[in-house]
Amino acid sequence: MYGSTNLTEEEAKRMSTTQEDPEKLEAFEARIARGEKIEPQDWMPAEYRKQLIRMIEQHAHSEIVGALPEGTWITRAPNFRRKLALIAKVQDEVGHGQLLYSAAETLGKTREQMLNDLMSGKSKYSNIFNYPAVTWADIAVIGFLVDGAAIVNQTINSKGSYGPYCRALERICYEESFHLKQGHDNVVYLATGSKIQRDMLQAAINRWYRPLLHFFGPPDKMSAHSEKLMKWKVKLASNDEMRNQFLDMYVPKILELGLTFPDPNLRKNNEGIWEFSDPDWDEFKRVINGDGPCNKERLAVRRYAEEAGRWVRQALMNPKDKYQVPLA
Amino acid sequence: MNSLDPRVNRLDVSKTMDGGLLTNSHLITWEVFHQDKRGKQVVHCGIVHANTPEMALILAKEQYARRGKTTNLWVAKTSDVFTFNSEDEDIFETTPEKTFRDPGFYKVRDRIEKYQQQNKLNV
Repeated sequence: MYGSTNLTEEEAKRMSTTQEDPEKLEAFEARIARGEKIEPQDWMPAEYRKQLIRMIEQHAHSEIVGALPEGTWITRAPNFRRKLALIAKVQDEVGHGQLLYSAAETLGKTREQMLNDLMSGKSKYSNIFNYPAVTWADIAVIGFLVDGAAIVNQTINSKGSYGPYCRALERICYEESFHLKQGHDNVVYLATGSKIQRDMLQAAINRWYRPLLHFFGPPDKMSAHSEKLMKWKVKLASNDEMRNQFLDMYVPKILELGLTFPDPNLRKNNEGIWEFSDPDWDEFKRVINGDGPCNKERLAVRRYAEEAGRWVRQALMNPKDKYQVPLA
Repeated sequence: MNSLDPRVNRLDVSKTMDGGLLTNSHLITWEVFHQDKRGKQVVHCGIVHANTPEMALILAKEQYARRGKTTNLWVAKTSDVFTFNSEDEDIFETTPEKTFRDPGFYKVRDRIEKYQQQNKLNV
C-alpha cells in the first residue's frame, strides 16, 4: 500500500486519547461521523495528526521512489510515443509526491524533515518499489497492475476525513487513470505481439504477482486493527477488502489475453472472495526491513540526488525568508 | 553498486552514500491559484516551495497546469495570506432573523390569490 496504516500490536495498544479534551474530541468525532472534512487549522487529537503524517508521508515517499524503477527505462523505451508517455508518467509521479508532501506539511512536519527521514531509512515507502524492472514488459505490468492497485487504494483513501489529503488524492487519481490506460495499452500490445513479446510479458507478470499481493499489506488476521483509525476515517477499508477489490477488477483483464498467473490456487470462491496461495509474508517482512533486491539502490540514488543538487538549493536560499506551514 | 540502470552505474552512487542530509533549511511556501477559463474565477489549488515569485510561477505551471486548460496562475506568499480562525466558523452562519436577505423569503403568491378571490378578479 502506498501509505500504510498497519500498526503493530504494541502501537495499537499505545494509541491513546486519554490526554485529549473529551469535549473537543467528541465534537471532532461527531464532525467526521457527519461526513465533514477536517482542515489543517482545526483542532484534532494528537494521535490523529501523528497517524496521518505517517500515512501521507509514506505515500509521498512511495511516489518519489516509485519513479525510480520506471525512470530506468526512459532511455530504452521501444519507440518515441512510449518514451513520451513514460516521461509524462514519471513526471506525474514526482508531482504526486510533491502534492502529498504539501498535504503532510499542513500537519506540521516540514518537507525537509520528511526527506531526511526517507534518506535515513526512518520512514518507509511502498514495498513494491524495492523490486527491479528487469525488462520493458515490467514497465507495462507496473503501469497497468501496480498503478491499478494504487488506484484502488487511493480512491478508497480519497473518501477519508482529512481535507488536504482528499484533495491531493482526487487530483492524483485523475492523473493515475492515464497511467493505467497507457499501461493497459502497453500490456495489450505486448500480449498481441510476437511470441517473444508474449513470453516477456508473461515472465514479468510472474515476477510481479507476489509483490502485487503484498501491496495491500498483511492479511487482516495478521495485522493489528485499530477501531480508532476506522472511526476517524484515516483507514477506510481493510487490507483484505482492498486486495479482493483489486483482484476482482484486474485478474480477468489478464486472463482475457490468454495470460496466466503463477498460482494454481488463484480463484474466486462462491462467496465472491478471491483465494490464493500464501504469497510468502516472511519475504514481505524481510523486504520491508531492508533486505529486498533494490532497497539499497533506491536510497543511494535519493541521497545522491540530494547531495548533487544541494549547491542549487543553497544558492537559492534567501536568509531573510521565514518558513511558514502552508494553509491548505 | 550493480544496477539495471546504466545511469546509476555511471554515477557510482555508492561514493555519496554517506553524504550528509540536508540541514533544516526551507524554501518558503506560496499559495497557488488557478484559472481554467477566461472570465472564470481564479481558485486556490495548492502550494509550491520557491524563493522568488518567478520561480514559484514556473513550479506552479509544472505542478498545476500539466493537463487540461489553464489561462493563468497566481501565486502569493503563504505568510501574506490572512484568514479567520477556523474555530470561529459559526460567525458565518445565517441567523433565522436574517432570512430577509434571501430571495426565498419573499412569497406573495398566496396574497395575490386571496386578493383575486375576494375581489372576484378574473385575469
